[in-house]
Amino acid sequence: MSNETLLSVKNLEVTFNTPKGDVHAVRGVSFNLGRERLGIVGESGSGKSQTGRAILGLTAANGKITADQMTFHDVDLANLTPKQWRKVRGARISMIMQDPKYSLNPVMTIGDQIIEAYREHHKVNAKEARHRAIDMLDAVKIRDPERVFNSYPHEVSGGMGQRVMIAMMLIPDPELIIADEPTSALDVTVQLQVMAILDDLVRDRGMALIFISHDLQLVSSFCDRVLVMYQGHVVEEIKASALHEAKHPYTKGLLNCLPKMDGDHSDLPILEREASWAEG
Amino acid sequence: MTTQTNTSQTGLKQWLTSDAPQSRWQAKCGRVWLGWLKFTENKLAMIGLSIVIGLILVTIFAPLLAPYDPLAADLTNRIQPPGAEHWFGTDQLGRDILSRVIFGAQYTLLIVGLVAITAAPVGLLVGTAAGFFGGWIDATLMRITDVFLAFPKLILALAFVAALGPGIENAILAIAITAWPPYARIARAETITVRKSDFIEAARLQGTSNMGLITGHIMPMCISSLVVRVTLDMAGMILIAAGLGFLGLGAQPPMPEWGAMVSDGRQFLLEQWWVATVPGIAILIVSLGFNLLGDGLRDVLDPRGGD
Amino acid sequence: MSAVKRKKRDGRNRARFASGPTGTFLRLVFSLAITFFGLLLVTFLIGRVLPIDPVLAAVGDHASQSTYNRVREEMGLNLPLWQQFFIYVSNVLQGDFGQSVLTSNSVLYDIKRVFPATLELATIATIIGVALGIPAGVFAAINKGKWPDHVVRVIGLAGHSMPIFWLGLMGLLVFYMKLDWVAGPGRLDSFYVDFIEPTTGLMLVDTLIEGDIDLFWNAVSHIVLPASILAYFSLAYIARMTRSFMLEQLSQEYILTARVKGISEHRIIWRHALGNVMVPLVTVIALSYANLLEGSVLTEIVFAWPGLGLYITNSLLNADMNAVLGGTIVVGAVFISVNMLSDVLYRLLDPRARR
Repeated sequence: MSNETLLSVKNLEVTFNTPKGDVHAVRGVSFNLGRERLGIVGESGSGKSQTGRAILGLTAANGKITADQMTFHDVDLANLTPKQWRKVRGARISMIMQDPKYSLNPVMTIGDQIIEAYREHHKVNAKEARHRAIDMLDAVKIRDPERVFNSYPHEVSGGMGQRVMIAMMLIPDPELIIADEPTSALDVTVQLQVMAILDDLVRDRGMALIFISHDLQLVSSFCDRVLVMYQGHVVEEIKASALHEAKHPYTKGLLNCLPKMDGDHSDLPILEREASWAEG
Repeated sequence: MTTQTNTSQTGLKQWLTSDAPQSRWQAKCGRVWLGWLKFTENKLAMIGLSIVIGLILVTIFAPLLAPYDPLAADLTNRIQPPGAEHWFGTDQLGRDILSRVIFGAQYTLLIVGLVAITAAPVGLLVGTAAGFFGGWIDATLMRITDVFLAFPKLILALAFVAALGPGIENAILAIAITAWPPYARIARAETITVRKSDFIEAARLQGTSNMGLITGHIMPMCISSLVVRVTLDMAGMILIAAGLGFLGLGAQPPMPEWGAMVSDGRQFLLEQWWVATVPGIAILIVSLGFNLLGDGLRDVLDPRGGD
Repeated sequence: MSAVKRKKRDGRNRARFASGPTGTFLRLVFSLAITFFGLLLVTFLIGRVLPIDPVLAAVGDHASQSTYNRVREEMGLNLPLWQQFFIYVSNVLQGDFGQSVLTSNSVLYDIKRVFPATLELATIATIIGVALGIPAGVFAAINKGKWPDHVVRVIGLAGHSMPIFWLGLMGLLVFYMKLDWVAGPGRLDSFYVDFIEPTTGLMLVDTLIEGDIDLFWNAVSHIVLPASILAYFSLAYIARMTRSFMLEQLSQEYILTARVKGISEHRIIWRHALGNVMVPLVTVIALSYANLLEGSVLTEIVFAWPGLGLYITNSLLNADMNAVLGGTIVVGAVFISVNMLSDVLYRLLDPRARR
């Protein structure tokens, strides 16, 4: 952990305009991020994914982002032109999406998609880019990088696809990676494998990581610090190593929902919710 | 739930847009309300709806609206330009074009109405049967459908009219024969998606017969996409009917059918342009109306439908 | 068919082995054959429910009963229906659609003569429709809900609502009669018609083969209006479909991925989204091309364009049933082939369907 602040978010709000009225997806989220690994945990609809997208300025067209402060180094993320955004996205902040089945372009070869990510930010010739891409595929532990390079996304498995995704997002060497449920679409057997590859690469390259997941256990084993979100609010911020000291009833509830080997009660407890938590 | 007693508009609106409807009725009303809101938001769709309502009204009140008898020839008043006497002028027999256009609405509505009520049920029946039973029934029915889809509609209609002889009844029959295959396709696709659903399985376990499943559970699921498609197709039917009329194969003289009227005006195109122009504009407006309405309905009822 | 279906049901892996390129090809040919067979059956039945007596049409009203019977036997109309159908199919497969009463040529000869004119018109129209329709659709999609979208939508809706024969007449009225910008009906000025030897039958090509630039420009000024009228309909359809495909693709996850990578919006639209749109769009373009054959019936009449549509209609108005059915079969066959072709192209373009 380092005390240098990479990303600083204060009072982030994301609001969507829908036919049924305004929906507040994120309400007053604040946090600072150094070169560390931060987990954001919450159930679906808690605003965790929208927080990640807002950092990249990729909120859907009907959504509005406001924040007292949202800076990355000295870049003010709240006021960027599309052209300035393109210098940040990919090159400095990148995101790993949930399901490679949908997040890779089906009619472009994997190689072309990785090269595209690299050449957007590094002016190199085609041959050099190809080398880089194949090296990167090798780095995510793909055994036959040449073959995968020439394949289309539908020709590889989900786990392989997600490694391709990691390769593609890490190749321009960003400083911050946002991983939005990177393993939830995968088979349980390959989840940890993929997570380990991502973890290794992030560690080796000294990148910061925001790991967004609904899985508290997974997050706590890969992150230094955890934000727990509920209905758009951060209800608790806690060190991963100190999770058992969590104070907020919602976090405790989430912890209790994990089945324990030595559990003494036969019924799993029900996750309790109180309206007052959403009024922070 | 104190708002239930509150009958003011906000109360009703709250009841309709409630996230947690108390009954199926409320949920249904809420859905219809949201659909209607979405529909009214769409200005073009509202224009389409007004045109179609307008067409229906003109059809009903044609004898009251038309200033002259659409069939009354007046040879002293041949091809008069538009003016105070005759707003849209007169044709080669001195008949008032405005009156003929107004009465022509009846034929247009008659054609699309009859085609829709014959072709849509046939398509629905064929499609649901094919999708529900699968196997060789599906293969046979869909092959037949494909054969009909393999002809361009107008050409097939032409061939049928050629065989049956010209006339408005035969034109309607020919258009209906060309119109059903897409409905069968749509109904089949919808049927296949719901065939394996749990609610169908549940109804089956309760002892509902195949026929009951099709008519009671599957057909209602197909209705909304079918309504959209039929509405959109009505524009095409109007155009084919007008095309047949233009070729002299649809409504026969002296019926004031719009396509035949355009054909009448062909010979005077250069000097008396209004004879051909006015009925053409009527066709354009009415089929535009159906297109706009269909588009609006599609956005509301069938948000997936690309086409 | 059932064998193919069974293989399909046997699970993915086996299906993959069984349906190589040859399997796909065979299935296409089979489906083509069945559809074509159905086409012949329908035209045969249309020919037989006809109230016009073909024997009477051939011998005239004043023939004696014995002549009538002899001709009836010669035409094979005394045979059972299924035998007649068998003879009909074998004749059609040999390219024999019978004689045209109107022109007293064989129908096949007539169709060969008129078809290039329709082909030329439909091709030029499709080229114009694609060249304008795709950009218009993309432009509408990326400006969804703003004025370019509304303009494209209105143009498209008008295209779906306009009677083509009427638009053709209005075009003639304005651009030929009033403004005199283009030439009138026909493929060439009547003065030139006999100057040109039909080598390919495509006037724009033939005039160039003859090396006569004046004639070429004359042909251009004749084709430009009917082709634009037809193109408008194909443009309306292509733009509308492009827009809806684009909107669907732009909401896909991989577009977000491309944005995360920092790709320019221009590249996202024209490379990523349009690359995916092109796959279904090929089918749309093929379909609109086939539909132009239909649209050309009415256009050809308005513009006195001596193509298949004019031929079918003239024959129809003269109760020349052989010619009508021959023309219908040809149009149907072209329609089926174009659809099949689009299916093949789809497989070539979509990597997911390629294996």
